[in-house]
Amino acid sequence: MNVLLLNLLLALAWISLTGEISEENFAFGFILGYGMLWLWRGLLGNSTYFLKVFRVINFVLYFLKELVIANIRVAIEVLTPNLKVKPAIVAIPLSVKSSQEITLLANLITLTPGTLSLDVSDDKKTLYVHTMYMGDADDFRRSIKEGFEKRVQEVFD
Amino acid sequence: MEIDLTLRDGITLALMAVGVLFTLVAAIGVLRMPDLYLRMSASTKAATMGVGFIMLAVAVRFNDLTITTRALAIIVFVYLTAPVAAHMIGRAGYILGVTLYNKTVLDDLRGHYITKRGTHELESVDVILDKESIPLE
Repeated sequence: MNVLLLNLLLALAWISLTGEISEENFAFGFILGYGMLWLWRGLLGNSTYFLKVFRVINFVLYFLKELVIANIRVAIEVLTPNLKVKPAIVAIPLSVKSSQEITLLANLITLTPGTLSLDVSDDKKTLYVHTMYMGDADDFRRSIKEGFEKRVQEVFD
Repeated sequence: MEIDLTLRDGITLALMAVGVLFTLVAAIGVLRMPDLYLRMSASTKAATMGVGFIMLAVAVRFNDLTITTRALAIIVFVYLTAPVAAHMIGRAGYILGVTLYNKTVLDDLRGHYITKRGTHELESVDVILDKESIPLE
């Protein structure tokens, strides 16, 4: 987190020195700062920051991709005659432990169209998800675990 | 009459059209889906997507830092709050016993709420992958 703060400060410094306040200039300053901090990585100790930035970007892109795909699928379902839905409430065993990770995972699942997280068990071990299409329960569990859950874990560790 | 469209206008229009389309789909979905959970699946997400695209259109149209930051903030807050509301409605619906669509194939939640003294404690189930899931008859 400290390195992220440094990077943001460097981006702010870049903005104030160039005197141009805009999103593009901030992004450019951030990238420059990232590069500079990367050169300094020996001095910063073994920080996972550099890897994490890529993981977060990767995570956001993956989420947007899933969001668009699922949205289109639901839109097609809504607009075509004959409902082909096979809804189900599925219990998903959780590998993520902390409340933050579970919150993020549950929110991501809800944000993706077609799936809705209903509840988490009190011992935080099971997440109950309502889904619009279910072929096989284990396939569905696996797709959540290997898709969103794995990436949530990567971002947090 | 001559219509003079700049590239910016074009992008704005396209984003706006996609946003409106998703919102329309959400509205039709609410009408067409058979039960509470499916209705929410159709509405909340398509609506957030709709808001997202419309806000992007606003940001592109005005191309002003103060408006862009506000548009992005609106998107972020909608994406933060919408799933929380959906989760609360879905949970409340299940606890109140809203019936599931008759083609629902599996209900892992059934019987796992412990109702005592008005609280709804929820136990977890041991699902080892590739093992038991009791299908609905």
